[in-house]
Amino acid sequence: MSELLQPQSLGIPMPVPTLFSQPYWDGCKVGELRYQRCGDCGAVTMDPAPACSACFSANLFWEVSAGQGEVYSWTTVWRPQTPAFTVPYAAVIVTLDEGFWLLSNLINCPVDAVHVGMRVKTAFVELSEEITLPYFEPAG
Amino acid sequence: MAKHPFHDVAIVGIANSAQARVLEGHDSTTITFQAVHRVLADSGLSPADIDGVAAGPFSGPLTYYMRNGPSWRSHMVPSIPIILDAASAIATGQCHTVLVAHGSAGIYTERASTAPWTRPANEFVVAYGMFTAAEFALIARRHMHMHGTTPEQLATVAATIRNNGHVHPGAVYCGRGPFTPDDILASRMVADPFHLLDCAMTSEGACALILTTRERAQDLPNTPVYILGGAGDSFGPSYQHPPAWDLAGPSGRNNGYTGRWAAQKSFAMAELGPADVDVCEFYDPFSFEIIRQFEAYGFCEPGEGGEFVMDGRIGPGGQFPVTTDGGTMSFSHGGAAVQQLQRVIRGVEQLRGACVSAQVPDAGVAMCSNGGAGALFTDVMLLGTQTP
Repeated sequence: MSELLQPQSLGIPMPVPTLFSQPYWDGCKVGELRYQRCGDCGAVTMDPAPACSACFSANLFWEVSAGQGEVYSWTTVWRPQTPAFTVPYAAVIVTLDEGFWLLSNLINCPVDAVHVGMRVKTAFVELSEEITLPYFEPAG
Repeated sequence: MAKHPFHDVAIVGIANSAQARVLEGHDSTTITFQAVHRVLADSGLSPADIDGVAAGPFSGPLTYYMRNGPSWRSHMVPSIPIILDAASAIATGQCHTVLVAHGSAGIYTERASTAPWTRPANEFVVAYGMFTAAEFALIARRHMHMHGTTPEQLATVAATIRNNGHVHPGAVYCGRGPFTPDDILASRMVADPFHLLDCAMTSEGACALILTTRERAQDLPNTPVYILGGAGDSFGPSYQHPPAWDLAGPSGRNNGYTGRWAAQKSFAMAELGPADVDVCEFYDPFSFEIIRQFEAYGFCEPGEGGEFVMDGRIGPGGQFPVTTDGGTMSFSHGGAAVQQLQRVIRGVEQLRGACVSAQVPDAGVAMCSNGGAGALFTDVMLLGTQTP
């Protein structure tokens, strides 16, 4: 079996929350993957946004995802973006079961086992007092 | 019949500065001015003839140092849209002769990291180690999953383009080949499925173009080249959100085929179709992008791009020769914008019959492009030797 993909550690560039994304990052700190739903049309919006991506309504409210989904696309990276990153790491787009995409990294998975359609679940990793990152790991 | 919107516009000057991995003794301004001096010489014009400047951050300095004010100025990024902006300004009589220029030097110095313009700062991608190779890999991987596109097909694109640069004396990687697809596959992995040689390199340099009226072009030394069509497709900001192939709104038009609708508009404006294109000066940030563009622009059906690029079709002497100078993989890649202008410059050179690598005999129509699905946008432009 090939080596297991690992989370990164402090020193990587960190997200800077905005006014309308702060609830998302607050959710991560308490182990919740939060996403927005439209109070007018019911559609799901992600990444956090100031308006619904289906009808452009500003009437959005937060829900909590079950954190389950599947890999939509992936790439294993061997040349790090900056030396702060440890390679290899796998960047993935995950389709959550609630119907939104999230860009993240896959962890706790053998490097050569990543594939489109793979079932995954959230794995939160606390990097600092302000930021807990949602990663994904194989489900079941 | 209504007159073509760019009937009275011609491209009359093109030039490159020196191109190198590192240009000692230059910064972005000095190398841009070198390209400007050369494009003035190429076109037979002087600063006093220029009454419009479209050069990104250099528009102001060029206008001031040329003392050519009062002058029209574009505020766009120097790539295909800025040339359309300049052509529109000429066509509507806001000015008659526009200098387009851009350059980059001394910006990428921290070589342990990827180039600064490739790294996003957005909060939803920044912590996941994303840079352009990874962004475009997520697009390529999805296509491979849907259609069975293979690493060998990607490598064939990379070898073809790099071999064009191998024989271009002005290319940064002149003489570095020739390459076989196996050579590409044997290079180290950067972001699966992209090996090092599937990716653009980075370098320094500048380039410039001059557009003027059809009437003025008659008195100038170069054979004029005309803009037959052009348009752009954008799906949002580059490198801030997941680069999903299927990103789309209610129209169903998806990011995976960004550039398709711009190409359709361009072909309609030109009253041409893909079969009329003699040379494909497609933007080549990563090998897969060429496969994607042949599908997006209607040269082949969705899913057929991988097969389409095989058997010499896109090489010199093939049906659709692609990126004839070596592109961003081999000719030059000066940063965020300058290398995008290079595709148009090479298109003009092909139509003049003056490209020193992979010249297409009697080329009459060139298709040029910028961007890519990993960056959520694609711009296209059709150039021709005949007045539209």
